[in-house]
Amino acid sequence: MSDEAVPAIKPSLPEEQPLIPQPLVELHGWGRASGTMSHLAQIDSVADAVSALRRSDNRGVVPRGLGRSYGDAAQNAGGTALDLTKMNRILSLDASGEPATVTVQAGVSLDLLMRALLPFGLWVPVLPGTRQVTVGGAIAADVHGKNHHTQGSFGNHVRSLDLLMADGKMRTVTPDGDTTALFWATVGGMGLTGAILRATVALQRTETAYFTVDTHRAANIDDLMQQMSEGDENYTYSVAWFDAVTKGRHMGRGVLTRGNKARLAELPSKLRRDPFRFVAPSLGTLPEIFPNRMINKATAKAFSTAWYQKAPKHRIGELQNITKFFHPLDMVAEWNRVYGPHGFLQYQFVVPFEEADAFRRCLEMIVNSGHLSCLNVLKRFGPGNPSPLSFPMPGWTLTVDLPIEHGLDRLCDALDNEVVGAGGRVYLAKDSRLSAAMFRRMYPRLEEFLAVRREVDPSGMFNSDLARRLELSKPTTRGAA
Amino acid sequence: MINAVGEPQSLLLVGGTSDIALAIARRYARSGLRVVLAARPSERRTAAAAELTDLKCEITEVDLDARDHESHAATIEQAFAGGDIDIAVMAFGLLGDPEQAWRDPDLALELAEVNYTAPVHLGVLLGQRMQAQGHGWIVALSSVAGERVRRSNFVYGSTKAGLDGFFLGLGEALREYGVRVLVVRPGFVKSKMTSGLDEVPLAVTPDQVAEAVVDGINGKRELVWVPGPLRVVMSGLRHVPRPLFRKLPI
Repeated sequence: MSDEAVPAIKPSLPEEQPLIPQPLVELHGWGRASGTMSHLAQIDSVADAVSALRRSDNRGVVPRGLGRSYGDAAQNAGGTALDLTKMNRILSLDASGEPATVTVQAGVSLDLLMRALLPFGLWVPVLPGTRQVTVGGAIAADVHGKNHHTQGSFGNHVRSLDLLMADGKMRTVTPDGDTTALFWATVGGMGLTGAILRATVALQRTETAYFTVDTHRAANIDDLMQQMSEGDENYTYSVAWFDAVTKGRHMGRGVLTRGNKARLAELPSKLRRDPFRFVAPSLGTLPEIFPNRMINKATAKAFSTAWYQKAPKHRIGELQNITKFFHPLDMVAEWNRVYGPHGFLQYQFVVPFEEADAFRRCLEMIVNSGHLSCLNVLKRFGPGNPSPLSFPMPGWTLTVDLPIEHGLDRLCDALDNEVVGAGGRVYLAKDSRLSAAMFRRMYPRLEEFLAVRREVDPSGMFNSDLARRLELSKPTTRGAA
Repeated sequence: MINAVGEPQSLLLVGGTSDIALAIARRYARSGLRVVLAARPSERRTAAAAELTDLKCEITEVDLDARDHESHAATIEQAFAGGDIDIAVMAFGLLGDPEQAWRDPDLALELAEVNYTAPVHLGVLLGQRMQAQGHGWIVALSSVAGERVRRSNFVYGSTKAGLDGFFLGLGEALREYGVRVLVVRPGFVKSKMTSGLDEVPLAVTPDQVAEAVVDGINGKRELVWVPGPLRVVMSGLRHVPRPLFRKLPI
């Protein structure tokens, strides 16, 4: 690969396209909680995408990638979902640029991209908790990873993107210049400004595919937060798991793992021969056999205690591979099935650093609620970016996975109130239940987003269940008020 | 959209002044919930709208005349004018005096029209709208009276038997389009419909019916009895031989 010219995209396409059957299928998010029926249009080319737009009715279209958003972002009841996962070609690579950049179709997964780039000593700048997301989805949700505090979210690294808009035309938009408003509305815009069909992303260089990792245990939430506040700046990557079950003085005890990309000299000689070896073991696929309430008091307590106890109290400079450090859950395909047929939701919020008390109250609410979460993540965010709907802001972010059970609505409503009172917000890529009114309070820059949407998609052709729930469907109606 | 924790964004109460419909609305009420009250213009409808407004719901009132079939399409059209309907409750019905009902052809016809013909007509119209939107629930209030029709109220019972069968079938037909139908078979409900009648064992309140509806939707059920044990009772009664059934005090 070199800097081959990217084939030009025809700005307009022939009116007549062969009709591809669009099966009506149930689509749901990774949480599997609120599925609806959408017409799934298989998109293999730009022409397919334009054709699907032309054929859509007033229910509209939404782009869909690998379906890893937890809620209803990539489904469109009664309308069309554009399956972009076949648009998965890496188009060109400029490995010698400073920075190096890659241009890809939007359906390329971060897994594919990372595997392709490693042999060049290049590194995807932002990796969320799974590699099984598409580049288009990563931009639309403006995903973040363990390096947010040092390197920002995915949108910060996008140099340009090609957007298929409601009028059927393609437009190249960039972070600066006269398309800046549309670019930043698309970053974090949940697919509602148009369909991202290709993107150019700035890359980082790396000498190895390994990380040097320091692990510390913390006895409770205050200890954990203090350790994170004090040392995070020494590490590119930082994240903590915490126990959301244990009450009392050990509430919020956790395991802090922080690391940096390993340099070649840091590898033992055995690994030095093949420093970019990518290890992605698979432990198999979970079958669809789990009942509801698989996560109960006994299993949650046992898991949380074991996870805490098995971590070393203090370990410095351990060499870890990508999967172990970044994506342990990627080892098990379809792990969401463990929550049973009722599904689960993920609640992720951020509150500003100065609202640490509100943060603690949220944690107390969760721990005392009787709702049980095992996969809990705590992280400090760095500065946000110019996107009006991007989630990260400087502050503490906490994530819990909660099986759908009676009373979960009340817990989440109470958390919403605490979070919004502290000037915080919840993450739309995870959300499956926020009300439109609460959303407006959490995202005070919503009107900037709607102004762009009114301009580029006045009829609301790009639509989704999330857009209906949060009243973003028709940019001229209530959402704008 | 009904969100991941079972909270709807919009309700349509067809028969919007029924005690059961309002009990369901109260269960779901929260700030910003859109509720469409389809009912005859009346003081009761105004009062229902006021009560739900106090619960921070956003109310739209739509006129419904069950016996004027011509008007049904416009009623449904207006009900969907504000956007998708997540849950539509078919909650209107007439009990009528059972002994008069089988002697008076006009009353028998009225019961048949209000309890069966109108729900079928409205059900088809609702089904079309929900099929197009690709999601939603239709809740049909049936009755155990329709499960095995009894001598004591067979005109009413037969209308509910018809309604019950229609909506169970509609649920099967709409399933592949992402639309679900919940048929609810309450026993004796203490409501304005039954005021003045003697209470029977296993009587329930409208609020208990509403709770069963919410649980039924959360559990993605097609059919629920209220109270739950009635399922067993009715299962037994269905198989009682006719000569014996005739002698039962029910």
